Amino acid sequence: MPEPLLSLTGVHTHIGQYHILQGVDFTVPDKGVTVLLGRNGAGKTTTMRTIMGLWQASRGTIRFAGRDITALDTPAIAREGIAFVPENMGIFTDLTVQENMILAATGSAPDSARLDWIFSLFPPIKTFWNLSAGNLSGGQKQMLSVARAIVEPRRLILIDEPTKGLAPAIVKAMIGALRELKRSDTTILLVEQNFAMARAVGDTVAVMDDGRIVHTGEMAALAADPALQERLMGLSLETQP
Amino acid sequence: MTDLAIAPRIERPSLGQRLEKAAPLLLVPVLAVIGLVAIGNPSTWLTLTVAGLAMGMMIFIMASGMTVVFGLMDIINFGHGAFISVGAFVGFTALAWFSGLTAMPGVMPSLLAVFLAIMIAMAATGAMGYAFERVIVRPVYGSHLKQILVTMGGLIVVQQLIHVIWGPAEIYLARPQSLRGAFIFGEAAIERYRIVAVLIGLALFVAMRLILSRTKVGLLVRAGVENKEMVEALGYRIRRLFIVVFMVGSALAGLGGVMWGLYQETITAHMGSEIMILVFIVVIIGGLGSVEGCFIGALLVGLMANYTAFLAPKVALVSNIGLMVTVLMWRPQGLYPVVKAK
Amino acid sequence: MLVKLISGDRPGSPILAIVLLAILVGLAFAPFLFPGTRSLDTAARICIFIVLVASYDLLLGYGGIVSFAHTMFFGIGAYGVAIALVTMGPSFGAIAVGAASGVVVATLLAVAIGLFSLRVKAIFFAMVTLAVASAFAVLVSQLPALTGGEDGLTYQIPRALTPAFRLLDEPVFGVRITGRILAYYLVFFSALALFLLLLRMVNSPFGRVLQAIRENAFRAEAIGYRVVLYRTGATALSAALAALAGVLLAIWLRYTGPATTLSLEIMIDILLMVVIGGMGTMYGAVIGATLFLLAQSYLQNLMGAASEATSALPLVPHLLHPDRWLLWLGVLFIMSVYFFPTGIVGRLRGRRA
Repeated sequence: MPEPLLSLTGVHTHIGQYHILQGVDFTVPDKGVTVLLGRNGAGKTTTMRTIMGLWQASRGTIRFAGRDITALDTPAIAREGIAFVPENMGIFTDLTVQENMILAATGSAPDSARLDWIFSLFPPIKTFWNLSAGNLSGGQKQMLSVARAIVEPRRLILIDEPTKGLAPAIVKAMIGALRELKRSDTTILLVEQNFAMARAVGDTVAVMDDGRIVHTGEMAALAADPALQERLMGLSLETQP
Repeated sequence: MTDLAIAPRIERPSLGQRLEKAAPLLLVPVLAVIGLVAIGNPSTWLTLTVAGLAMGMMIFIMASGMTVVFGLMDIINFGHGAFISVGAFVGFTALAWFSGLTAMPGVMPSLLAVFLAIMIAMAATGAMGYAFERVIVRPVYGSHLKQILVTMGGLIVVQQLIHVIWGPAEIYLARPQSLRGAFIFGEAAIERYRIVAVLIGLALFVAMRLILSRTKVGLLVRAGVENKEMVEALGYRIRRLFIVVFMVGSALAGLGGVMWGLYQETITAHMGSEIMILVFIVVIIGGLGSVEGCFIGALLVGLMANYTAFLAPKVALVSNIGLMVTVLMWRPQGLYPVVKAK
Repeated sequence: MLVKLISGDRPGSPILAIVLLAILVGLAFAPFLFPGTRSLDTAARICIFIVLVASYDLLLGYGGIVSFAHTMFFGIGAYGVAIALVTMGPSFGAIAVGAASGVVVATLLAVAIGLFSLRVKAIFFAMVTLAVASAFAVLVSQLPALTGGEDGLTYQIPRALTPAFRLLDEPVFGVRITGRILAYYLVFFSALALFLLLLRMVNSPFGRVLQAIRENAFRAEAIGYRVVLYRTGATALSAALAALAGVLLAIWLRYTGPATTLSLEIMIDILLMVVIGGMGTMYGAVIGATLFLLAQSYLQNLMGAASEATSALPLVPHLLHPDRWLLWLGVLFIMSVYFFPTGIVGRLRGRRA
């Protein structure tokens, strides 16, 4: 079995006096979409932020593409090839859509062929190119946040709840975009509470509860087993598409 | 995928909304007109207005560094006045070295001397800013309380060191010939130096705006003010940017100090902390973190200080406090509050 | 009963208790233990500054609020009494009127500033207080008819408090009991009472809520405490007590001027005393004020001698010159904030930041 792209071993994270992650162990295989599921407060966002270095793990190891990145700071981790689409989208509202994209590129401007591809995935990015990002709707901001993460090829993209609070039509668009991304050989670690969305794009799945991983496996297996779903996630996950 | 199904109608802002956004810009002409009415005599008004604008520009130069540092780095630097004083002293000393140049006839040698003095002063205060950031400020990132205390301490130490190096007395230096004299407009006498100050201030403001809106560094500063974390997540070492911004802010304070020193023609170790009162008022009026707000605030404060100095000298400082109170009643976060990510 | 007197706020360390007791005894019997005008003056100043610094600790240490207007309130109290004594003549009634008006003005001003600027960012408050205090100082120096301007006001105090007045014919323990001694004990007992009052305040429910707000204002508001009201209340109390300290100074010095009350240097001194002594402890104010004033009176002589001794070296004599007292203060201050965040009291109690 080839080495996973990302692996967390025994990761603990403390925030102030709160012990949020209590020994997280899981791996993200290279290529495809791994979904991190779990109830509110399970520790999913904390896991993402710890991987990204925004919070420092107090114990444990995080390995990425063969390197130990546990102690690296956030800019270094980003430069290793990990992009981050946070829960609150992290859009710079004072800047235009174009300026947001410029910042995400390493040169002075994004590659135009790549941009055309992004425009095809998310047409509003093109439409509102010169508009202040603060004027975008929630769904469009989410698209911009993902677009920023893919403006240049990345090994791994961390996406935290991209469909939270968005209309069904936008969720559909997001699923389409993620499927396209999968085709382009990008590995994605996706945090989702919407099980239908997770099932639609996920290949592997890890379920979190109370700061620990309680199940890992193939998405297909979990999707085919309602009893297991019920046991792991109770009724708190949406099953509506 | 249909855009229209997803996109809301982006309405053009209404006239009322657009006026509200531009309203702060109108404050300056409004205050000028009020001044004209109060003063009566147009030539006196003209002299005072130019003086006010010149003073405002200098305060803007000094205050801009502080407001950007706060907006970007979330650092309160009560020691900012130290850079102003040091800039003035280094500038004066440098100018004294170049007394050969200033004694030469013609405008160019004097201007060169002043230019060199300013460059030296800015280099000195920029370097001092680096040391200040590393030694005094960095250990207290995150705690506003400690920052206030520690930077206050730094201010005192620097002021005392000025006494040690340059002596306890104030230093007097006459402005070079090229910067003396006045233009006469009818009955109004407008000092040449004040025009120079206004021009420098405007040039700096335009330069800052251009850098902030056209360069990648400027984008980084604007983005960082809003959301530092995300900038780091995009791969940028924002700490390095912090240091650069802090040094630029300190250098600008030094520039302001030299200009202010030349304006007053005397310098004292505590001139920095004296002018800091007005700097604080300007920064509060403008909105912490906003360069535009700082600019408008500075012009308002400059005009107010000069108008009241003529009309009712005893209440000059109090009038600026009154200005601050009025602005905050209208806009509690300042004229152009900076949007910060929660 | 003693514990009740100090509102249950035990020193928490045997060394601290001994030191505090020593200071108390020293101040209580100062006229007899340390005879001489200069020592008595230092003792009186220590009493006054204990109240001034402790009232500042209420705001800074317990409330977490930085204010630069404390000297302004100190000055308002002092000028209140000074103006009253000048206009109404040297009587206790004048003192009472002056004190009352000083306290009222200070409190109202504090409430106005607090309600106005505590709503927004806390840093605003610091800047606003600095601006207002500076404006006030300028205003005072520009109204000489009322305030004596830069020169200040000199006035007579009731005869019973002057050195001319003799309470007893025979000296007690070798010291003549004059009005000056009486004045000293007025200062001492008032300061003691005010300090115990402050201890009462910070150990009351109000004090505890204030500290909760300092730790996490958001949570306190969520629980239901109106943060703005508590902070404004603390500002007002702090201002009123500072004004009372000013009243005591005005009586003791028989002079009130911008240099003795309103200067930024005094504000820095207060900051230094509270930080070195220990923020949020009240007893820190006692330690800090005593240490500071003793050093200020007697250390400057030392510095002068050192400066003379090293006069042959470059730069060093300038660094050691007694006028550069503030330089070393500043360095000590910065180091205290970094290394002594809990101050001397905190260290004695064995607590780290």
